[in-house]
Amino acid sequence: MSDLKVTTMAEFFAKGETPEVLFWVGCAGSFDDRAKKITRAIVKILNHANVKFAVLGSEESCTGDPAKRAGNEFLFQMQAMNNITVLNGYEVKKIVTGCPHCYNTLKNEYPSLGGNYEVVHHTELIQDLLNKGRITIEGGSFKGKKITFHDPCYLGRANDVYEAPREVMINLEAELMEMKRSKADGLCCGAGGAQMFKEAEKGNKEVNVERTEEALALNPDVIAVGCPFCNTMITDGVKHFNKEEKVKVLDVAELIVQAKGL
Amino acid sequence: MIAIVIFIVLFGAGSVWFTMNVIKVRRNVLIGKEIDRKDNAAQRWKLMTLVALGQRKMFERPIPAILHLFLYVAFIITQIELIEIVTDGVTGSHRMFLPYLGGFYTFIISFIEILSILAFIGTIAFLSRRNLLKVPRLVKSELNGWPKLDANFILLGEITLICFIFMMNGADEVLFRNGWSHVSESSGSFGFAISHQLGPILFGSLSESSLHIVERIGWWGHVMMVLGFLNYLPYSKHFHILLAFPNVYFSNLLAKGKFTNLESVTNEVKLMFDPNAVVPPSDGAPMRFGAKDVMDLTWKQLLDSYTCTECGRCTSSCPANITGKLLSPRKIMMDTRDRLVEVGNIMDKNKGAFVDDGKSLLGDYISPEELWACNSCNACVQECPVNIDPLSIIIEMRRYMVMEQSSAPTELNMMFTNIENNGAPWQFSQADRLKWAQE
Repeated sequence: MSDLKVTTMAEFFAKGETPEVLFWVGCAGSFDDRAKKITRAIVKILNHANVKFAVLGSEESCTGDPAKRAGNEFLFQMQAMNNITVLNGYEVKKIVTGCPHCYNTLKNEYPSLGGNYEVVHHTELIQDLLNKGRITIEGGSFKGKKITFHDPCYLGRANDVYEAPREVMINLEAELMEMKRSKADGLCCGAGGAQMFKEAEKGNKEVNVERTEEALALNPDVIAVGCPFCNTMITDGVKHFNKEEKVKVLDVAELIVQAKGL
Repeated sequence: MIAIVIFIVLFGAGSVWFTMNVIKVRRNVLIGKEIDRKDNAAQRWKLMTLVALGQRKMFERPIPAILHLFLYVAFIITQIELIEIVTDGVTGSHRMFLPYLGGFYTFIISFIEILSILAFIGTIAFLSRRNLLKVPRLVKSELNGWPKLDANFILLGEITLICFIFMMNGADEVLFRNGWSHVSESSGSFGFAISHQLGPILFGSLSESSLHIVERIGWWGHVMMVLGFLNYLPYSKHFHILLAFPNVYFSNLLAKGKFTNLESVTNEVKLMFDPNAVVPPSDGAPMRFGAKDVMDLTWKQLLDSYTCTECGRCTSSCPANITGKLLSPRKIMMDTRDRLVEVGNIMDKNKGAFVDDGKSLLGDYISPEELWACNSCNACVQECPVNIDPLSIIIEMRRYMVMEQSSAPTELNMMFTNIENNGAPWQFSQADRLKWAQE
């Protein structure tokens, strides 16, 4: 059994209370075994900082992002309309999510369909909690370790969020290293555009191998990510090079949790 | 007098021909569907100043940026000299501005000459990068044939133009030195920075009549090159020197991750949720979801295609292309333009109306395999120095393949089914979404 404090929106509603923020878990965060650990890490941080948050639980459904990137606009808008009905029903104002794809869709593509929310990525929320002193990080188990951050396309280029994950990680007192292709020039992990759900087209290399190779060239202890799909792709890449013993692939939220021993 | 007539006829014909071609390009671009890009004028002017005029995105890669800057600044500043050339051509005068501007004239021409030397160096470097060093993005397969030839034509043309400038100014310097100049009875020097030195070296021993011939070849050559160049533009990738400005002005100002929500789909979905929903009436034309051909794209996407100068920064940053997949964002733009030109030619032959030729952008130019290789990562959009958006075209064509042809790869259809049935791209029950909290 876990000691996480998780309350659903329905439970808040029944008590007549309103949470500070809705945590949009996303499909990967709900079902993928690796991504579920990230979800729990985010919750640990929220619990630790005493953030009054809710989840939708079984009322949450895919934002429609993979359908939209694959060209299925019908399915996307069906999903969006359903989700907006639920979100507006609970009068949701602010959403935090651990998935840049959910983030982008909720933030940019829901408004014109009637869903207007303040949407933040979990690294932005953590940065905010740090700034407000609601959590503190001083070094910890990653002190002096070499960490490189892989920018998720849908957080970085798609929404120009480059600094939040880096500013959060500065508190780890680790050695942050940049790949040549970083920030606006970051290379995709290979999962975007619905590639996660299909075989790659014919080529001479996998995109995640190309990207992981670049990260491994820096000889890092940790490749930090901010997206459950990037996590899968880079983890597979590290396995491809048989480096999984030496190099960890961790979400920024997991770094904070491990550094603080939460 | 004969020279004035020839000049006016040539200049008039060149201008008329160019204008006609620009009108045709404009018509072709406006085949595209409407999209509002006239909002936020202040922000758009600022963006155009920074990105088009200021070349900001070019400097992501400093070496080609500096070489390109030589050509770019030389091109812009040389337009000042062109004003004098036209004035001289129409009036039959020689260096008409010299007596009015004096020392400032010497300064301007010297500035142009120094820039011309830099442009010459830039052009040679560019030719080498394409033909000797074979920089990867400049020798990709989509450039085989005409595109490669086009690029080399332009560079050789620029070298020729620069040679004409120095023939003109160099011979004029020697004429002046020997007291044979039209501008002055006595002998002296214009004091032009480069040709004051270069002229005597190249033409110092020539006779008066030979010098006059060399000077005239330089002058007429310059005029012919400028007119030729101008009229070559609409047929060439080099059109970017003009279109970069409007293309950047009409850029997408929203977050790159924000894809359009198809309004036609919204109306259908609203009716599915509520049969009594009020939706704007359709105009009766059969709608097509996504893009099969150029007329299904927006005018901005078509303007993008004419603006593309095939530099390949998009392709060299594309994760699919880097890993050997068929997709090249540059080819998407080149194909779009080629098809648009083809559609335009069909319209020309049919009094302005398009007659179905059984071909389309999807299938005859761009294959599904290319489109399905895209990661929608926006690297191509980020890289483009003139804010072209290849990704939006790829997505429109995916929409057509999925919603009109139902031709998505099998695994993607499975993903769609899962989302429809379980609210997740995988086969997990929506009721289990909170299980992570208990584990």
